Amino acid sequence: MSPERATEHPAAAAAAEPGNAYEALNEGDDPRWAYGTGFADPLAGVDTRVPSGVDAADLAGYCLMLGDDALVMSHRLQEWCTRAPELEEEVALANIALDLLGQARLLLSRAGAAEGAGRDEDALAYLRDPGGFRNVRLVEAENGDFGHAMARLLVFAAWRLALLDRLAGSRDPVLAAVAAKGVKEVAYHRDYAAGWVVRLGDGTAYSRERMAAGLAAVWPLVPELFARHEVEARLAAAGVAADPAGLRAEFDQVLDQVLTAATLARPPERPGPVRAAGRAGEHTPALATLLAELQSVARAHPGAAW
Amino acid sequence: MTDLPLYEVFVRSKRGLNHVHVGSLRAADDETALRHARDLYTRRNEGVSIWVVRSDHIAATSPDEKDPFFAPSADKVYRHPTFYAIPGDVPHM
Repeated sequence: MSPERATEHPAAAAAAEPGNAYEALNEGDDPRWAYGTGFADPLAGVDTRVPSGVDAADLAGYCLMLGDDALVMSHRLQEWCTRAPELEEEVALANIALDLLGQARLLLSRAGAAEGAGRDEDALAYLRDPGGFRNVRLVEAENGDFGHAMARLLVFAAWRLALLDRLAGSRDPVLAAVAAKGVKEVAYHRDYAAGWVVRLGDGTAYSRERMAAGLAAVWPLVPELFARHEVEARLAAAGVAADPAGLRAEFDQVLDQVLTAATLARPPERPGPVRAAGRAGEHTPALATLLAELQSVARAHPGAAW
Repeated sequence: MTDLPLYEVFVRSKRGLNHVHVGSLRAADDETALRHARDLYTRRNEGVSIWVVRSDHIAATSPDEKDPFFAPSADKVYRHPTFYAIPGDVPHM
């Protein structure tokens, strides 16, 4: 059995019985659907115990930070469904949102397991109040136009790719596995957003103006991405986390390259120290509005399954 | 949107040896067509390779020519290599 098939799937179990319908769909040895097969479990074979010498509460907090970034960013992208300028872009944005939702699920599950208080991914996503969320403020800001969406996605993906790249060598095997999977996903997200930033920035006078406005709206939220929360500092020292301050050089290099190709200027940045406000649970009202929608069904029907 | 050129999309699946036509889409250029094809036609883990080609770059037979093109081969059974047994370990036949 190949590593890809190590996890049990209902179809796999069913196909083991003789005369099963799944078998008929399948010409080969893969007991799943004939087209689109070989789904992989990113955590197959990974040691899920908290590594020795690592503070479990810190690990839970750190997984919440990265998981909340992905969850909230995913929700903002999902809000583009039925609103994107073209059907193909809508599907592209939804695909990116689903990638991030997958990362959020793994990270929130890890946070719940490390915390050890019996909270699963759903409890963490649906039953925390805004003050319990640890995401950066970049992802909670309300949607603007498509130029704004591409500016935010470029900034987010360039930052997260630099982060996940480093996390792939984390001392926590689960974080390392989640990061290794995420690197491939976020590399595509960055590429997709960069393509649009260049196309719009180096397009017509009007598209350029809208793209520059989107970039200007997003840029004040950039410095916070590189501010270090104490949990991040402790876990970076323990070889588990990536130090956010260490990501800035790669981020700048990528953004400079894209913005040069897009003939856009990098917006000015206010000098001075920046606090990791979102990481400390200090959020803008936009997050409360977002969560009210995201959590409404789960809170109206506690424990419901669908 | 509809004034953008039409592209035909071909996907090679994990098991497949050849690219198979899966559908069409509209896109501004080749690179965008590839990305759209990736997002629209390989979401369910179908593919390992994509070709896109502008529809107006495909030369195709017309239905009117069907008989002159294809009927003459209908009665030439001797062109089929059916007179020998294929060994069991020959793949992809």
